[in-house]
Amino acid sequence: MKNWFSRGAYDGIPIALGYLSVSFGFGIKAVQSGLSPLAATVISAANLTSAGQAAGVDIIEACGSLIEMILVQFVINLRYSLMALSLSQNLDRGFSVPHRFAAAYGITDEIFAVCSTRKEPVRPAYMYGMIAVAFAGWVTGTALGAAAGQLLPSDIRNALGIMLYGMFIAIIVPPAKKQLSVLLVILAAAGLSVIFRYLITAVSGGFAMIISAVAAAALGALFFPVKEEADGA
Amino acid sequence: MRLALYIIVMAGVTYLIRMIPFVFCRNKIKSRFFRSFLYYVPYAVLSAMTIPAIFYSTGSYITAAAGTAAAVLLAYSGLPLIVVALAAAAGTYIAGFFL
Repeated sequence: MKNWFSRGAYDGIPIALGYLSVSFGFGIKAVQSGLSPLAATVISAANLTSAGQAAGVDIIEACGSLIEMILVQFVINLRYSLMALSLSQNLDRGFSVPHRFAAAYGITDEIFAVCSTRKEPVRPAYMYGMIAVAFAGWVTGTALGAAAGQLLPSDIRNALGIMLYGMFIAIIVPPAKKQLSVLLVILAAAGLSVIFRYLITAVSGGFAMIISAVAAAALGALFFPVKEEADGA
Repeated sequence: MRLALYIIVMAGVTYLIRMIPFVFCRNKIKSRFFRSFLYYVPYAVLSAMTIPAIFYSTGSYITAAAGTAAAVLLAYSGLPLIVVALAAAAGTYIAGFFL
């Protein structure tokens, strides 16, 4: 494909399909919490994040304080800081400050995952293409879910629920096959995440994810520091 | 009005968290440990997000396990993202018939 925008858009299609199903669920939930379909759609357009939005709607429903809203969003979305930092290390020279201000909006788990595991530096147009497609999927799914959530048969809804995770697997398995260190980091993160889920249940999901990922990546860096040429590969 | 305030605060915090490191980290990080750490972060994050949450994503552990197995198998064969993601959904959907 010729231009970077359409290449990004193409690579964003699985993200958009996954988002369509996940945000569909968010739309249903938001309406059940008393929000209008319009408010649900605006929230999706303004935030472009799953866990943070779900928690945000809970706070709105419970008439929580704005301080609580800030703290919860901060903790749940803190992982984006790590991702933004990681991504900032592999940007194309054309990624000027205005581009960074704009593209930062679209650093989601999935967009980060696809961009950060690419070999060549990321170009602004590539990211914009991916963000545009993902945004369309996320916002459309929310609007549809909010307006017509109950119309879809449940076995289809359930099957759509796994797609995002399927995509994560598609991203992490091939490098794990090639590099033992990546495999071990993945297993460590999964193991810690399981321990938090079943044994250390006092830690909330967002925190558990951050701790598991940071610990596993730190162990990887400690025992398998990457060589200069392997950096970003 | 209060709803608008909630949404603005929510979106503002989420954007700042993404924007600040992305805009203000202009230099290449020198520390080898920290560079290695950042290299492993995406894999660690995705792994921690997937396991064990994937098994709760379909409303049944069995269909989720079938979808997971299909995804791992096809990902191991090096197929593209969209194929693997659709296979996970197909595996889940098909396993649903046997329940």
